[in-house]
Amino acid sequence: MHEIGIANAIIEAGQAEAARRTGSKLVRIGIRIGTLAGVDSDALRFAFTALTQGTELDTVDFEIQSCPRRNRCLNCDHQFETAVYSEPCPLCASETIALVGGEELDLTYVELEEA
Amino acid sequence: MTVIPVEKKVLSENQRIAASLRDRFEEQGTLCLNLISSPGSGKTTLLEETLGGFRPEERVAVLTGDLQTENDAKRLARYGFPVQQITTGGVCHLDGRMIERALERWSLDEIDLLFIENVGNLVCPSSYDLGEETKVVLLSVTEGDDKPLKYPSIFAKSELLVLTKIDLLPHVPFNMEQARANARLVHPGIEIVELSCTTGQGFDGWQAWLSRRREARLRRASTARV
Repeated sequence: MHEIGIANAIIEAGQAEAARRTGSKLVRIGIRIGTLAGVDSDALRFAFTALTQGTELDTVDFEIQSCPRRNRCLNCDHQFETAVYSEPCPLCASETIALVGGEELDLTYVELEEA
Repeated sequence: MTVIPVEKKVLSENQRIAASLRDRFEEQGTLCLNLISSPGSGKTTLLEETLGGFRPEERVAVLTGDLQTENDAKRLARYGFPVQQITTGGVCHLDGRMIERALERWSLDEIDLLFIENVGNLVCPSSYDLGEETKVVLLSVTEGDDKPLKYPSIFAKSELLVLTKIDLLPHVPFNMEQARANARLVHPGIEIVELSCTTGQGFDGWQAWLSRRREARLRRASTARV
């Protein structure tokens, strides 16, 4: 529901990077979204289209990389990906687990075409 | 073609404001709780009962968010504690800036306990840090017991789950066991209290949790001063 605001923040950040290099044109923006970030990739894509259609940005490509939930075992320090929240550590079977990834909502890179 | 690595959080501006709010809460010894649920799960009612149980000299305040109307603030103001309505005008969550603006009207060193009643929504509020000590998620028994699985983010980020309206359990298919298990699947360490604001059943569990958190907050403040 708030994907429009997020899309807008991403586009603005991308434009700010492009503005630092005079004459360059924004080609692609890379974004990383964790499964726990509360952001829906499809809604975000829709928001990008809605915001850029008919503007000079409508050729910009948005690359969305999804990140799974990643847990760290507090017993042996092993890190593992999981979709099943309660999954015990695959190495030592400990059930004391901390969340270390999956909440990402990051702008990772912008790709520019230099003039 | 040039690729420029940026590596910054999309909500970094909100993150920055939240961090500054958290510092202020820490400095002033304010315990801030961010209450989140679907619309109609009983956030305002829980707050009404909670405020009603406090002595008048308690230093408690409430910020309550909705898209429109001052209705919740009116309900909550009856208890004599400072209350402010934040009307978001259509925005589906509260963000750090809204909290910062509302707090300009209050002096935090006069508030020991600040409740933020977020906009009724299980999705978006989970993305916005408000500088709170913890999020508290509410789930009423008239909803589905699989909600923790459907909306895992908010259950994963909340330290306490309050299951509300338990007086209605005989009339609804809600499975309490299943709800608890689902919440723990998403967040193994989550604390759970079950209550009814209508009958008062289980309300002491919520009060006990609040007291524990307030005491812990106080202890932290006195250690910091030494």
